[in-house]
Amino acid sequence: MTLAELDSLSLLLVYSAMAVYTLAFIAYAVDVARRSAAKAPVERQLVGAGAPVDDAPGPAPVALPGRGARVGFVLTVLAWALHVAGDVLRGLAAGRVPWANMYEFALTGVAVIVGVFVVSRVWRDLNFLGVFITGLATVFLGVATVNFYVAPTPLPPALQSYWLVIHVFVATLATGFFALGSGLSILQLLKERRDSGFLRSLPSAVQLEDLAYRVGVIGFIAWTFTLIAGAIWAEHAWGRYWGWDTKEVWTFVIWVIYAGYIHARATRGWRGSRSAWLQLIGFAAVLFNFTVVNLFFKGLHAYSGL
Amino acid sequence: MSRSSESDPLRPGDHIDAPESPARQPGDPKLGLGGWARFLWRQLTSMRTAIVLLLLLAIAAVPGSLVPQRSSDPNGVIQVRADNPELVWLYDALSLHDVYSSPWFSAIYILLFTSLVGCVIPRLAHHWKAMRALPPRTPARLSRLVGFQSVPGGASDLDRADRVLRRLGYRTTRYGDSVSAERGYLRETGNLVFHISMLALLLVVGLGSGFGYSGQRLLVEGSGFANALSSYDSFTAGQWFDDGALEPFAVELDGLDVVYETENPNAVGAPLDFTARVSATEDGVQREGRIKVNEPLRVAGADLYLISNGYAPRISVRDASGRVVYDQYTPFLAQDDNMTSLGVIKLPDGLEEQLGLRGFFYPTVGQLETGALTSVYPDVVNPVLSLQAFTGDLGLDAGIPRSVYALDTDTMTQIAGGESGVDALTIAPGQTLDIPGGLGTITFEDVRRYGVIEVHVDHTQTPVLWIVIVLFLSLLGSLLIPRRRMWVKATPAGLELAGLARGDDPALERAVDDLAKRVQEGWPGADAAAGGAHAGDALADARDDRERRIVP
Ligand code: HEM
Repeated sequence: MTLAELDSLSLLLVYSAMAVYTLAFIAYAVDVARRSAAKAPVERQLVGAGAPVDDAPGPAPVALPGRGARVGFVLTVLAWALHVAGDVLRGLAAGRVPWANMYEFALTGVAVIVGVFVVSRVWRDLNFLGVFITGLATVFLGVATVNFYVAPTPLPPALQSYWLVIHVFVATLATGFFALGSGLSILQLLKERRDSGFLRSLPSAVQLEDLAYRVGVIGFIAWTFTLIAGAIWAEHAWGRYWGWDTKEVWTFVIWVIYAGYIHARATRGWRGSRSAWLQLIGFAAVLFNFTVVNLFFKGLHAYSGL
Repeated sequence: MSRSSESDPLRPGDHIDAPESPARQPGDPKLGLGGWARFLWRQLTSMRTAIVLLLLLAIAAVPGSLVPQRSSDPNGVIQVRADNPELVWLYDALSLHDVYSSPWFSAIYILLFTSLVGCVIPRLAHHWKAMRALPPRTPARLSRLVGFQSVPGGASDLDRADRVLRRLGYRTTRYGDSVSAERGYLRETGNLVFHISMLALLLVVGLGSGFGYSGQRLLVEGSGFANALSSYDSFTAGQWFDDGALEPFAVELDGLDVVYETENPNAVGAPLDFTARVSATEDGVQREGRIKVNEPLRVAGADLYLISNGYAPRISVRDASGRVVYDQYTPFLAQDDNMTSLGVIKLPDGLEEQLGLRGFFYPTVGQLETGALTSVYPDVVNPVLSLQAFTGDLGLDAGIPRSVYALDTDTMTQIAGGESGVDALTIAPGQTLDIPGGLGTITFEDVRRYGVIEVHVDHTQTPVLWIVIVLFLSLLGSLLIPRRRMWVKATPAGLELAGLARGDDPALERAVDDLAKRVQEGWPGADAAAGGAHAGDALADARDDRERRIVP
């Protein structure tokens, strides 16, 4: 098979993955509708970190996933398998890691987001995030294939470094965790505002917040590593570890926002919805960095490949 | 909220774990000058202030990505100022071209770090003491705490519980019929080390960079330079830099090899590799080396980078009598991906009139639909030079510094190319053309590549790397090490166990369950084996007694 054929096959797999993600989204949406209609399950309070210790502790009060959620999850796993296969083939077609231009960042980034969601299932039922995750995957892959697609090209010398493998991959990983954390923060904010319908079947706002925080913290650790690895790479490539290049500025801005978020979680009067907003602002900055900064800002990191 | 005890980390007053105390308000009539100072200091070192300053820092960093910065994009600065002359005063008033050294940006981070110091110092002292303190008293009612459970057992099992807890890394003490245990002091240690290493990073970067320097030098294949201030085309240095401290070495560019993609139809002509082959002389010893884009070469403590490349055609000019008045490799600047390159040659002396040449070098010439020439491939396949010629005043005597890449033709007359009615001088290597007006002849001898080498010396690299490693590890400790308390209490009904989280601790319940299992089964495993359980217990207890005496 020629490399061009490999790439067409990769694209075909990605399109199929998008189709199946869409089906998964529908299944999850049906489940949400069902939950909204169903009667609220008995609420139980979990004593999380820093939560009041007055109530008897108990397991997370997740409503039993309905058929819609189960179908949604199976479809998500299937779509993810197609997606990862497409991503791997793209890497083979290009003869390198599949994250060297915007199309590939998006492809791998979304695979990581969904992957974190699928794998986290092992320790926690996050099916209530299904609509958010599959919706995000469908939209992002759509934008990536329509607007960012480029045929595979060899790496420019500036990207020929093992730091590409480490730095960019960890950045994508961090993005995956931030996306998940933001999904949880959105649900937390919704739940705080109006606890009815589908929202009633979710864990309590405090639990959502704790979960969002844990996921966000892992993202923050990965982002800190990205920042450090990026500085080391910049030192190798450009002779200075920090030069306030546009991409460096935005990596720093995101890092500082998340540091603010972590502080807010530990501050009286800021825990709760205010800190949730900070996580959302942080993720908005991540998306802005990936799209607008890559496409329209001038700087040394001119690798959008468009 | 849980009560805090002596072994708790000291936190700013508005920390979620700090005891809520009615702070004195500034309106309080009894608040004297000292009171005011304390009030302001408490404000500055509060969590709230840290959040606000962090967010301000994030916002303040943004303009530097929108407006070109002198430090990272000096050409962009010139461009923006030329394009928006009416905004220049604003750029200057707000230091928008030097955001990261501007007064307002500095003010934010200096306040932030002052707050950090004020926050960390009392915590350091407190943590120092807390590390020696005993775990807190056992609460009267464990049933209100996390993971509460009751398992069969009695006071005689407390020694085993104590031992299990210590094996799990807890610090323990006994209060009557209960064991009180606490672990995770490293969480606070990590937090403190993390914040201090950020301070260290700021200081080392700020102070250390004042001693470094960087300089750029363009080298045509076959030429070299010795490391001296006068060798550089551009040079910047920190404020404490001393030019006697320049590393003694010399470098020659033996060759610059560039590989372009030829197969992939989507990327024909994309560069795949740049390798500069160099000879470096250090302490009188010459050695071969190479510099690639991600592989600097270290010579005598300085790092050498290859930062750009281009073509330098060798052009010679003879006067009407055939005497050579100019013969040089002249660097041209690449204008596009196919290396269409722009260059300028100035001949103030030697000919009857001053002569200026400006034009393009095409490594592989092709023609646009308009008839204009262009380069269609970045490597040298079919090289052509096409120059416009001007006579008149080059303006070199006015004492105003002129870029070698720009030709001011305002007061000159065009004699070839453009509107002059005479074709531009279009020549291939080895060809010679007459310069219009009988001035002489011009020859395109051959072409070589050049590379721009950047020499960079920064003594902060190694310390910064170490600080950053410490910073990252302490961050991991601070965010991932759970800090928790455990109690095991003997009651007539059995052994009661429960835990209390100090900070975010998702696994606390599981930890209590695990402890209950271990206390029941004995640990490590041997004495849990069927039959031998009781004998094992007795043995373990005896051993434990000895341990307790050694480790008070
Ligand atoms: C240079 C600015 C700062 C940055 C980037 C920063 C960053 C962080 C980060 C990433 C954490 C979470 C990791 C950890 O627990 O060690 C943290 C925690 C913390 N920071 Fe900072 N910090 C800064 C300044 C400050 C200041 C000025 C204060 C004092 C007001 C402060 C007080 C704290 C406290 C008390 C925690 C623990 C929070 C908790 O209990 O979870 N920090 N900081």
